[in-house]
Amino acid sequence: MSEGRKINLKVPFITRVEGEGALALSAKGDRIDTLHLKIFEPPRLFERFLQGKSYVEVPDLSARICGICPMAYQLTSILAFERLFEVELPAHLVRLRKLMNLGEWLQSHSLHIHFLAMPDVFGVDSALQLADSHGDLLKRGMQIQEAGNTLMRLLGGRSVHPVGLQVGGFSRLPTQNAWDNACVQVDAAIIAADQLLQWCAEQSVPDFSHDFVAVSLQGLEDYPINGGDIITSSGLSMPVDEYPQRFKEHQVSHSTAFYSLLDGKDYLVGPLARINLNYHRLPASVRQRAEQLGLHFPSQNMFDSLRARALECVWALNAARDILKEGCPEGPANVDYQVRAGTCCFATEAPRGLIYHHYTLEDDGTVANCTIIPPTSQNQARIEQDLKQAVMAFGLDKSDLELKHFCEQVIRNYDPCISCSTHFLDFRIKRDN
Amino acid sequence: MALTVAVHKLTSCSGCQLAFLNQGPALLSLMEKVTFVHFIEAGLYDPNTPVDLALVEGSVTTKDDLERLKQVRAHCRYLVTMGACATSGGVQALRNMANVDVWKRAVYARPDFIDTLADSTPVAEHVKVDFELWGCPVTQAQLDQLILQLSRGVLPKDDAEKVCMACKRAQQVCVMVTRQEPCMGPVVRTGCGALCPSFGRGCYGCFGPSEQPNGDSLANRFAGLGLQPEEIVQRFAGIHSHTPSHQAQIKRWQQLIVKEIE
Repeated sequence: MSEGRKINLKVPFITRVEGEGALALSAKGDRIDTLHLKIFEPPRLFERFLQGKSYVEVPDLSARICGICPMAYQLTSILAFERLFEVELPAHLVRLRKLMNLGEWLQSHSLHIHFLAMPDVFGVDSALQLADSHGDLLKRGMQIQEAGNTLMRLLGGRSVHPVGLQVGGFSRLPTQNAWDNACVQVDAAIIAADQLLQWCAEQSVPDFSHDFVAVSLQGLEDYPINGGDIITSSGLSMPVDEYPQRFKEHQVSHSTAFYSLLDGKDYLVGPLARINLNYHRLPASVRQRAEQLGLHFPSQNMFDSLRARALECVWALNAARDILKEGCPEGPANVDYQVRAGTCCFATEAPRGLIYHHYTLEDDGTVANCTIIPPTSQNQARIEQDLKQAVMAFGLDKSDLELKHFCEQVIRNYDPCISCSTHFLDFRIKRDN
Repeated sequence: MALTVAVHKLTSCSGCQLAFLNQGPALLSLMEKVTFVHFIEAGLYDPNTPVDLALVEGSVTTKDDLERLKQVRAHCRYLVTMGACATSGGVQALRNMANVDVWKRAVYARPDFIDTLADSTPVAEHVKVDFELWGCPVTQAQLDQLILQLSRGVLPKDDAEKVCMACKRAQQVCVMVTRQEPCMGPVVRTGCGALCPSFGRGCYGCFGPSEQPNGDSLANRFAGLGLQPEEIVQRFAGIHSHTPSHQAQIKRWQQLIVKEIE
């Protein structure tokens, strides 16, 4: 950068993220002064208005935190209550919960890959501009997305704010016709997802590898989705109950989202964190396919996130097929339970990463208080750290437009869901030589 | 001529916008009928170019929301609200019944960092609205109907009939009559296709009040089923608590709670 160059760039919104946020970057010569991911999504005060509601209403209300991953909120609250009420679900209901969860991952991942990330690969603003030139790629993505939506509808009636889940199981079991339709959709999408993984592997990826701590759940056998202990790439392993002792939230003045830190440091949750920590839990066939395509995990390069999402789509569709093969379940849709007072917590893996819920219930199941920690508020500190390092490696001598596009891509690697974390990417760069 | 469309977001969960991005290959045929001009989540940023149709998702909860909304109105021919938040204030309007400063202190350790208005309000309280799409979330069918009608130069006809009507036509067994489930269907507009009753559970009112809602009778029936006044309040204090007909029941039954205490 030439001496005396003084630029003050303002781009009002970072596009292609869920919800709205801003980025403020000020630099002096070759040094960054401040770099803030600003989240000013207006607060909706969910944790407060859930107080005084019955636990029965919590899943329908907490779903409204996020239109992209509503089920993650519903299921995490339900699993927390079931722990408190000591509900043991029969195996067929546990499988159905997982099947629906896989549906949400597929829908969310495919939306991200095709509508939010793919325009960067082709250097256009919007996937809508790819309809003529790359309609086949979009249609393939929509097929995977639709398979996910079909699984959500099979068990929840609709994919945004589904209605089928309840404490004790489901409100009804799927019909044979709907089950058979889901089998057809999933079988067709498996081929599409394999092609997608191959396409992702063929795209050149910039290398901005750096050290970071990854955090995810880990179960006893399978790839993690809706249960297990919390593990970290720094070697920690803890039951979910210990989450509040190790993970601390704080507020900063430039954001309505909380910052979450692990032992005082930023960390990553989401698809790449899950793959890095649980690659060995993927079925051998899925790992072989990844290796055949030249993919290597674990990876410390956040630009591999797209590949991690595609690989999770392949895993999710195969896992869904395994469940669907067992046939449309018969038996009770739900089990009885006894409401009791107490505190409870649970964590699951939302498409964007670990989600933690904590509740205190009164005798009749009324919520006395609750804490909900979504994935993006956990990633927020990590995104800022990544941006600081990546922007330096990319070079502050680049033009404002290049810097803007680069920062947006770094942010999109995390698929931030800003609606969740409590609105805005408005990019400001201030250069002061 | 293709209809020009802008999709705007205020305070919301982004779920209604998904009705566009989540519809599969139908999106490609939709794009033959409409041209998206502004749609941040889809990567298009151009808020101030005049459009035929502005779809607004989300309620007004900040000064910034309000300023942006005025700009949206100034740059469109038709302004249509998309979903519960924009149409009635949404689930976050539950705070309108409470002291928002107390609530902010309950959620945030540093409430002074949080800029929010006292109430979450529907778009129509601030600017002229040409048509409302109720629903949490809106459905594909609602959007298709709107775009089909607007591309022919007319606004759709509002369908505010009750969930009960759709439920009967689907030949579902009434969950309130047979299982004593407190179902909001008799006072809530359809649009979902009576989804919850098809799952054997009572409607919880995603689509807001129907035409001529007889809230008094329904709430009396809930009391007959054994619900306590506080529980009746909770049935109406959900997704559309800020609507006048739901407010009437909330106030009526809250008074009863107070009387019992006295």
